[in-house]
Amino acid sequence: MSKQRALIIGGSAGSLDVLLKVLPALDINLDFAIIIVIHRKQGTDSLLTDLLAHRTKLKVKEADEKEKILDGNVYIAPSDYHLLIEKDFTFSLDYSEKINYSRPSIDVTFQSAADAYGEGLVCLLLSGSNADGVNGLIATKKGGGITLVQNPNSAQVTYMPEQAILRADVSAILDIEAMANYINSLSKNN
Amino acid sequence: MPNSGPISDEEVEILINDVLEQHGYDFTGYSRASLKRRIARLYSLDKHVSFAEFRYKTINDDVYFKHFVEGVTVNVTEMFRDPGFYRLLREKILPSLNTYPFIRIWLAGCSTGEEAYSIAIILKELNLLHKSLIYATDINPTVLEKAGTGMFPLSQMKNYSENYIASGGTKDFSSYYSASYSLAKFDTALKAKMIFSTHNLVSDRSFNEFQLILCRNVLIYFDRPLQFQVMQLFDQSLENLGYLALGTKETIDFSPISKSYKRVGTDKVWRKVSA
Repeated sequence: MSKQRALIIGGSAGSLDVLLKVLPALDINLDFAIIIVIHRKQGTDSLLTDLLAHRTKLKVKEADEKEKILDGNVYIAPSDYHLLIEKDFTFSLDYSEKINYSRPSIDVTFQSAADAYGEGLVCLLLSGSNADGVNGLIATKKGGGITLVQNPNSAQVTYMPEQAILRADVSAILDIEAMANYINSLSKNN
Repeated sequence: MPNSGPISDEEVEILINDVLEQHGYDFTGYSRASLKRRIARLYSLDKHVSFAEFRYKTINDDVYFKHFVEGVTVNVTEMFRDPGFYRLLREKILPSLNTYPFIRIWLAGCSTGEEAYSIAIILKELNLLHKSLIYATDINPTVLEKAGTGMFPLSQMKNYSENYIASGGTKDFSSYYSASYSLAKFDTALKAKMIFSTHNLVSDRSFNEFQLILCRNVLIYFDRPLQFQVMQLFDQSLENLGYLALGTKETIDFSPISKSYKRVGTDKVWRKVSA
């Protein structure tokens, strides 16, 4: 039996533009799920899902609680809830305190995913103005997963990727142009 | 299996078992990722030196155990959260209950009481409060004590006032409370129509029949079998033509009770259509 795998992308200020560039270049037969956790205002859920769905042929949907995570789908964390991954590869939602002033918190998703996916986890942290996600990258690496960070030189807001490089053991630093290729190459269907 | 935090999966299961055996609280049906995070958070916040010490205190120290229950359950709430939902209550659901001589509402998982006071304010403005009773229950006695005081942080009032207006409120929100140092003390006439009581959705039974049951952002912490069990408890506790209101991301779809319920508009509110 092959191990379950997932790519989780976290970002804050300046990360939406990166996603809009990367998503159209992704292969449509990826053999892992993509989960996106972006800090944003409350109540803008369908807007973001629609926006991203128009940029890719992959199925894009908001993550529902208890939903089974399927390969080849792109899931968006709903606003104002933390998104966690269970051991049976379903989603849980959690309305607990904000972490790093954020809900959803990237750390929360990365950390629970590190427990569930272990070596099958790839986490990518993008542009942003706080350090949410950095502890999650540390947990990802500890669990045997791959940690990726946007090159701060290409980031609209450099603090988040800089903190990641400073504090976490980062597997690779990627320019925006290199991201889609890197992600496609992770798929065994290629 | 890898562990992102200070507590392992095995230790989580040991604690769940201890708490069930020693205290009768059943967390076995809780979603594990979230529960594990809460337990790890409590472990770090309370600066325990070892799992053994954490476990010993949880088992043997009743005062600490109260704190444990408060810490592992989520008690984040606010007044008029999701204003669109409260607008539906104000404009459609509560007015439709006016035909009843007496209105019984169950707020399950009321936490520190912000939702109970929000509902009472709307009932008052609809001139229904005098014939209503809000049964506000929670697993956790500590939060019920707070709810009973009717006092909330004054610093939150600006946010709550905005929510109130967005939900269709037209009065001066500050007329419902008086400021006392850093707290806002709410009008005691609101509390007069509330009954606060402990109730564990996992193990306690139906205790009355209601025309409206609200349980928002509680079921997300339960696994599917427990969600269905609790929905059946609500079904047993709801009169025909009564309403069940869940959180924005919760649904009765796919559950055994869904056949006898009809969705009200696009919100997470269902009406019971057959007994």
